[in-house]
Amino acid sequence: MDARSIVANGLTTQNPGLVQLLGLCPLLAVSTTVAYGLGLGLATIAVLLISNTLAALIGRWLLPEIRIAVFVVVIAAAVTAVELTLAAWLPAIHAGLGIFLPLIVTNCLVLARAESFASRNALWPAMLDALAMGAGFMLVLLALGASRELLGHGSVGAGLDDVLGAAWSATRIDVFPERHGLLLVLLPPGAFILLGLMLAARNRAAQRTQLRRSPAIALGDSRA
Amino acid sequence: MASRETDANGTRVLRAALTLAAAVAAAVVLLALVHDATRERVASSERARRAAAFDRVLGGIDYDNDLLADRIEVRDPELLGTDASVPVYRARLAGRPVAVIIESVAPDGYSGSIRLLVGVAPDGRLLGVRALQHRETPGLGDAIEERRSDWIRSFDGRSLGDPPPGRWKVRKDGGDFDQLTGATVTPRAVVAAVRNTLLFVERQGAALFEPMPTANG
Repeated sequence: MDARSIVANGLTTQNPGLVQLLGLCPLLAVSTTVAYGLGLGLATIAVLLISNTLAALIGRWLLPEIRIAVFVVVIAAAVTAVELTLAAWLPAIHAGLGIFLPLIVTNCLVLARAESFASRNALWPAMLDALAMGAGFMLVLLALGASRELLGHGSVGAGLDDVLGAAWSATRIDVFPERHGLLLVLLPPGAFILLGLMLAARNRAAQRTQLRRSPAIALGDSRA
Repeated sequence: MASRETDANGTRVLRAALTLAAAVAAAVVLLALVHDATRERVASSERARRAAAFDRVLGGIDYDNDLLADRIEVRDPELLGTDASVPVYRARLAGRPVAVIIESVAPDGYSGSIRLLVGVAPDGRLLGVRALQHRETPGLGDAIEERRSDWIRSFDGRSLGDPPPGRWKVRKDGGDFDQLTGATVTPRAVVAAVRNTLLFVERQGAALFEPMPTANG
């Protein structure tokens, strides 16, 4: 696969959050603010990079029946090592990311990329795929985080200093007081509903694009 | 023939098992190395965090002893929320007891135990409460953290009589303490734990400040 299609895959056509629907557990659980979405997105990209790199390097030497088991071990070890390293050398970031780091192990996107792409491709495409898929995941995280924070807390950008450093503590915008917020969107059911709406919008847009490009195929016309 | 296929199959299974074992062994070695390399730094940043938290739960009162050195261990599963022994740090000014800091636990948080730091003056007044460690839901229960919201400061200055015993609960349960947006279990657990810690301090009384440290504190 060439670089352009790898990137397009990760960001749009095979977007993990809106198309493949992978990693929904952490996606819905922690996307309550922009800051949390950013934190989880960056951490996921880091883990994806490590995991895809290792999978590309060792994948071809593994028998198919234990490949997934080995990848699970690799991913869990990588996440733990990253967490310990951050706790020791970058404690502020570790405290800011908090629970997000261990949560990445539950994200089946990481395992899916290792198994279905990284282990079957060369090193550079695997790393590019990690960046593209991670970025695509983060886009959905940010969109969900922004809408849930706005509708639920009445603010946008609260807590960014936890993830990006003290300089960002002033970037918060308060649109309306929190007590007028819609509690539902801060809870899992609301997250599902919002994600569902985003999925519907994405599917509609994709359908329209398909219709424009090749109407006969899109409409199921077998004569085309 | 059948036996040769079984042999080949057996070799394959053995190879698969050995590969998996090798991967696990490599992971264990890697993690042991990383753990070893990071242990000291993690411990010292943990100590620094605790020291900073001490200052906040003491509410700015004066003391002149070494808090970390002047500690005892107590055990009260019912009131302190854990079967393990709990450290109690004593703050003194010119030898006089001025505060006690207890690392009690709220065992019934939404996602497990919440470790608290509770600062109490000798007259039973709360100097401050902070959440040391928890796994509550990001965006909801984690508002017990000071950096996320002011809620934890609603304990400042309170005591067992203020609010009266029947009102040491969250508003939803008929008490005086606010709950958090979208999270009731978490604040309920913290309020109960703080109340129990105050009860413990009241029952222990002056005994909490004994024995004095042997070295010059």
